[in-house]
Amino acid sequence: MVTGTATTMSKDPILKVEHLSMRFGGLMAINDFSFEATRGEITALIGPNGAGKTTVFNCITGFYKPTMGMITMRQKGGKEFLLERLPDFEITKRAKVARTFQNIRLFSGLTVLENLLVAQHNALMRASGYTILGLFGFPAYKKASLASIELAKYWLDKASLTDRADDPAGDLPYGAQRRLEIARAMCTQPELLCLDEPAAGLNPRESLALNTLLRDIRTDTGTSILLIEHDMSVVMEISDHVVVLEYGQKISDGNPQFVQNDPKVIAAYLGVEDDEVDEVIAEVEQVAATVGHGTGSTGERP
Amino acid sequence: MANISSPVSEPHAEPSVLARALKEAFFAGLVSLGLFCLFVGVETYQNINNELVWRMRWGLLAVFVGVAAVGRFLNVAFIRPALDKRKLAKAKSGILDVSEDKGFFHRHFLKIALIALLIYPPVSVMLRGVQGSLLLVDNFGIQILIYVMLAWGLNIVVGLAGLLDLGYVAFYAVGAYSYALLSTHFGLSFWVLLPLAGIFAALWGIILGFPVLRLRGDYLAIVTLAFGEIIRLVLINWTEVTKGTFGVSGIAKASIFGIWSFDVGSPSNFAKSFGLPMSSAYYKIFLFYVILFLCMLTAYVTIRLRRMPIGRAWEALREDEIACRSLGINTVTTKLTAFATGAMFGGFAGSFFAARQGFVSPESFVFIESAVILAIVVLGGMGSLTGIAIAAVVMVGGTELLREMNFLKAIFGPDFTPELYRMLIFGLAMVVVMLFKPRGFVGSRAPSAFLHTQKNVSGSFTKEGHG
Repeated sequence: MVTGTATTMSKDPILKVEHLSMRFGGLMAINDFSFEATRGEITALIGPNGAGKTTVFNCITGFYKPTMGMITMRQKGGKEFLLERLPDFEITKRAKVARTFQNIRLFSGLTVLENLLVAQHNALMRASGYTILGLFGFPAYKKASLASIELAKYWLDKASLTDRADDPAGDLPYGAQRRLEIARAMCTQPELLCLDEPAAGLNPRESLALNTLLRDIRTDTGTSILLIEHDMSVVMEISDHVVVLEYGQKISDGNPQFVQNDPKVIAAYLGVEDDEVDEVIAEVEQVAATVGHGTGSTGERP
Repeated sequence: MANISSPVSEPHAEPSVLARALKEAFFAGLVSLGLFCLFVGVETYQNINNELVWRMRWGLLAVFVGVAAVGRFLNVAFIRPALDKRKLAKAKSGILDVSEDKGFFHRHFLKIALIALLIYPPVSVMLRGVQGSLLLVDNFGIQILIYVMLAWGLNIVVGLAGLLDLGYVAFYAVGAYSYALLSTHFGLSFWVLLPLAGIFAALWGIILGFPVLRLRGDYLAIVTLAFGEIIRLVLINWTEVTKGTFGVSGIAKASIFGIWSFDVGSPSNFAKSFGLPMSSAYYKIFLFYVILFLCMLTAYVTIRLRRMPIGRAWEALREDEIACRSLGINTVTTKLTAFATGAMFGGFAGSFFAARQGFVSPESFVFIESAVILAIVVLGGMGSLTGIAIAAVVMVGGTELLREMNFLKAIFGPDFTPELYRMLIFGLAMVVVMLFKPRGFVGSRAPSAFLHTQKNVSGSFTKEGHG
């Protein structure tokens, strides 16, 4: 009954995940999982610990090859890429999907600016004639390298890291490292940005700053965002669309208000015995009926 | 020692320190006597009847005990108080020792070093005469510069890309044999074969690179080690081509761009053309400038590459390979270019080596050479050209210096050959340097780009790479 929703909503999907399954030996980490992310929206993937969210991310960004299923990335120009067939670096390079990591992976020995320049590797490689022309100081590379510093400056400013540009990335405080990782991913000029728990370990003020940064990214660059998050203040505040995963299966899919009130989600998060799930559903439906909203357990996006 | 009549405050410390130093020196002497009395003091030998007999070496034992006692005395009485006083003065002044304005020497270190290298051969000729300069220019100058170049080449693979390569000497061998074989069989000149040798070595770098791409860390190190041995064993066993352990001899000398040659019989001999007395020193001086140029080329290319996307990708690869892949960097080609570039400089150095020796054999390319080159890179500070050059001077120059230390025979007896202790001292030096400077002589790295001010990145942030 849940899977039916995937077909009802399709304005302009940027990412389409269909029947994704991932098996590690005897463990079915993801089981027949389908969802869509709409272009220009912030889609959140939530679920209890161990639900398989990061596995889904790793499948989308090519770090795992899924056992089954199809992941289609549709770019602005209408060009389509089957992500499960591309090697990981080509997913960023050609399909324009960038990602961050749950445990921050910065180049800690390089400066903040260098981190952002490494992210522009492919553009700079082309401009430097694959190193050879650049080695002889051709002007095209000089121009490209100036442009790359301009782009880095833009994202340094957005992530409010300009005054720390020349410090080693490993020297930054935790919150700044999170922002830098997002800025670095944006320097690859992606169409879809995948964030794995960007608010983990942030204090409330830093979380607010993160919300502003993510909204800015969406409105200023038109980049769609897919994020995994446990911090509900972030998820409910900024996301347009929430997908809930439990034990590798989708249990809910809809807008934040809908998901928040979905009894299955409540059951998954608060923990209800399996035989009580139907009871809870019945109870919630009853309450809903009396209030006058005829929302069933299937997610209809308003 | 205690002087009762003196004021109690300041001078009281002085005699007590000396007394303590004397006491500790006495005990140090006693301990070393106990330790060395059997190890060093007793010597066994066979007499004329082939019987094993022993005798005491009192003189040598006394030297050992004396060194221990005097060393301990000096340390306790003078060195340690001086260090403590300096530390105290520093703490009192309250200023951190990181002032930005360095001394004149420090600021212009590179220029001074380059000028010193350029005038090194003429100065040594002036000091020791044409024939006497051979020792200084060849044994010290060329020998050290070859290792500087090899270490700078390996630095690209180990220091920048973070791929631990224990078989680097294989590329050195490929370069040397390329020159040796192609010049003896086809009579090609040094200046044609120098780039060719580099290209061959780079190809071998790629050939080695392919199978080891998936390996990391210890596994990579073992496979590269095996690769180095494979090349050496091929050189030994492929006797039809390489002449096996006999090696290739009579390799043509390099000429000054084909204008002047250094062959004795040639009509355009350098010494003859300029009416100078015949000497092999001119060839060595010429080679000194060739290797100096090759070193400068290596340094220039490395510095340029670090500011290019490929160089940054190497360093990023050292820091975090997974993050690299998530940024769309093709780690396969990045690793291969690192291997190939490093190998190319090894190949240049190899062909130079063959031209200098006039003879190559597999014995020059044993594992210990790889280990020495790697040790120089690690001691110098991975990624730092200056640090590596200093480490090469200390390590290679130091071992060459040991050969010249004949005065040690006066202390340790006429049987003492200092160069036999080369590896012992090499190892000891490495342990000491790693204890006091765990990141090598130059532990910090200079960023390849900056926005406001260029600040060096402390070694505590950089990673060594996982292979």
